[in-house]
Amino acid sequence: MDILKIDKVVKTYDKHIAVNEVSFSMPEGVIFGLLGPNGAGKSSLIRMITTITRPDSGHIYFNGESLNSSHPEQIGYMPEERGLYKKMKVGDHLMYLAQLKGLSYTEAREEIRHWFVKLDITSWWNKKVEELSKGMQQKAQFISTVIHKPRLLILDEPFSGLDPVNAELLKNEIYELHKNGTSIIFSTHRMEQVEEICDKIVLINKGENVLYGAVKDIKQQFKENLFRIDFTEDQALLPDLRSLNIVEQTPQYVTLKITGNQESNVILRHLLDSGVPIRAFNEILPSLNEIFIRQVGESNIQQ
Amino acid sequence: MKKLWLIIQREYMSRVTKKAFILGTILTPLLIGGLIFLQVKLVGYKDDNFKRIAVLDESGILKKAPDNQKNIHFSLFTEGLDKAKKQVVEKQFNGVLVIPKIEDATSQRFTIKYYSDEKLGNDMSDDIESKIEDFIKDYKVSTLGLDTTKIKALKTRIEIDPDPIEGDEDASTVSGLVAMAIGGMMGFFMYLSVFIYGMMIFRSVMEEKTSRIVEVMISSVKPFQLMLGKIIGVGAVGFTQFVIWFILIGLIMTGISTMIGTDSAQIAASNPQMNATMQGVQEVQAGGKMELALTELQNQNWWLILPMFFIFFLLGYFMYASLFAAVGSAVGDDQGEAQSLTLPITIPVIVAIYIMMAAVRSPDSSLAVWSSIFPLFSPIVMPARLPFHPPAWQIALSLTFLVATVIGLVWIAGRIYRIGILMYGKKVTFKELGKWLFYKD
Repeated sequence: MDILKIDKVVKTYDKHIAVNEVSFSMPEGVIFGLLGPNGAGKSSLIRMITTITRPDSGHIYFNGESLNSSHPEQIGYMPEERGLYKKMKVGDHLMYLAQLKGLSYTEAREEIRHWFVKLDITSWWNKKVEELSKGMQQKAQFISTVIHKPRLLILDEPFSGLDPVNAELLKNEIYELHKNGTSIIFSTHRMEQVEEICDKIVLINKGENVLYGAVKDIKQQFKENLFRIDFTEDQALLPDLRSLNIVEQTPQYVTLKITGNQESNVILRHLLDSGVPIRAFNEILPSLNEIFIRQVGESNIQQ
Repeated sequence: MKKLWLIIQREYMSRVTKKAFILGTILTPLLIGGLIFLQVKLVGYKDDNFKRIAVLDESGILKKAPDNQKNIHFSLFTEGLDKAKKQVVEKQFNGVLVIPKIEDATSQRFTIKYYSDEKLGNDMSDDIESKIEDFIKDYKVSTLGLDTTKIKALKTRIEIDPDPIEGDEDASTVSGLVAMAIGGMMGFFMYLSVFIYGMMIFRSVMEEKTSRIVEVMISSVKPFQLMLGKIIGVGAVGFTQFVIWFILIGLIMTGISTMIGTDSAQIAASNPQMNATMQGVQEVQAGGKMELALTELQNQNWWLILPMFFIFFLLGYFMYASLFAAVGSAVGDDQGEAQSLTLPITIPVIVAIYIMMAAVRSPDSSLAVWSSIFPLFSPIVMPARLPFHPPAWQIALSLTFLVATVIGLVWIAGRIYRIGILMYGKKVTFKELGKWLFYKD
């Protein structure tokens, strides 16, 4: 069952088309990357998923049902533009947000205690938000996002503003939620994070869906059949490889483009038979970053 | 509904538990009380320089020494002027008062001498003069063989009693002045609360937007709920504050009046801040008609005025609060922009308060009547007219328009608010706000 299905969704603001017939679906339990350059329409899409706004046309289905006002309680959303009431005590603040997500008073208190113990921040309950450092506020914000055990978690640039230690901590929490079956939408332009975390991605540019699928399939789809052979000793002279398409050659390694019906095994055997000492033989897959840039076009990236 | 309640609770508690709120709520009445106390004390301040005065009575009209007062002590002296003067030099007395023989009992001028090197203050010489005047009056009455009751009968006090030709209401000047005072107070009260709490909402909406909490919030609740919760919560804060102020000021006023022995109306009248609205009370006082005014106060139809005032108050608050919320949602953290956008809201409030001041003077003028029906002014002008018994159809018409306007404006404010809170870094004009009304969700 797909936790989320976006079907030809369109959203226009004034005369600007923010989202133009975007469609994709997201299976339950995956970590899903929502990618795109600034202004591509990611936030507009997320706002529609969180029922903040409604699509002009098209449909959004949550767990097979048409999205309605009962669903926000099953969604946890951490926006990119996030904040807390500065003057409120952390404990009171989390109680407030948890109850707004439909938890009862006692449920909310128990859940917050549980998280405070887990993250070793029990002394925070009576601290005002403004007394916390930015990173600590982010932690509190994260708790507020997951306190009601959402089925779908939407994180928009969750690591921005976090130091490496806290980012790692947060990442581990995300993995744990993932392990427990939470479906997670992860929106960012940091491609290395996507590659590390996400199972599936959708890439949006100028309001349109340009790429959609599993990360490994996409990499396969964009591969250029490049292979790299590393040698254990410097090779001044190579055996006869002229029939091959050499992209780059140094004494330490050689990069080949294997085309047509040539097989990597045949080439490898040929080299081994010629007595070339081989340390590694790898297929070079494009990074998501490269794919992103190629798809979106350098002119589009404003950062 | 549960969410709205949670929002109201937070908006209320987060303000009521603030130190500034607690201090302001308790200290303001104390401060006002203190100021009034000081003022009454200063206005009523008499010469506290204590004087012992020897009275040398050559006329023989004094049967005994004049009654002592707080700061003057009189004693009859019979041993001659020279000795008296000597005793003044020896500091046994501060001065000698000599009352010469009365040559002509019909004379209207009479000079008494005061020998001293110390100056006699104005207040003190007034006191002494009036004391001696009383003695001379008694003397004249007996020497000229006058009848005291006839003399009393000479004094007449004239009062104009305007009676309406139609209707049976007694509209004496006193009742007019009392109504003016009540009406003015209610109008002023309205004006204050619109400003204080309207601005509170405005700032709070702006803060929510700049602190970026708002997108987190509206992923759980509808923007309209958030706005409504805020308006109701802040309204409840205002209500709490006013109730506490009302009780405290009442207590302090009674405290002060028992302490200095004047009634509270007089105290209020001596407070210049309330001058505009308390003018009625002052004029009543000048005419020495205090008791009449008090009975007038009791005669007011409070069962109509108070509930009506409350309803107008509530509607007026909702109308302006929602406008402030809408405008607050549209501005970012730009102070200049904030000012230019709140101005169009504050102008009607200020115009209304001027109309209100005119309306309490002539409550049936066409200006007063039509502005008490026009919804932007009516919450301030109509309560001010209530003590003057406006016709029922005017109240009904005013309420109808106001309710319709409030519903309309709250709806409009909600439409603007939902777009405004998510709009960053865009210079907002009124034309833009108008467009937001028609944005789809």
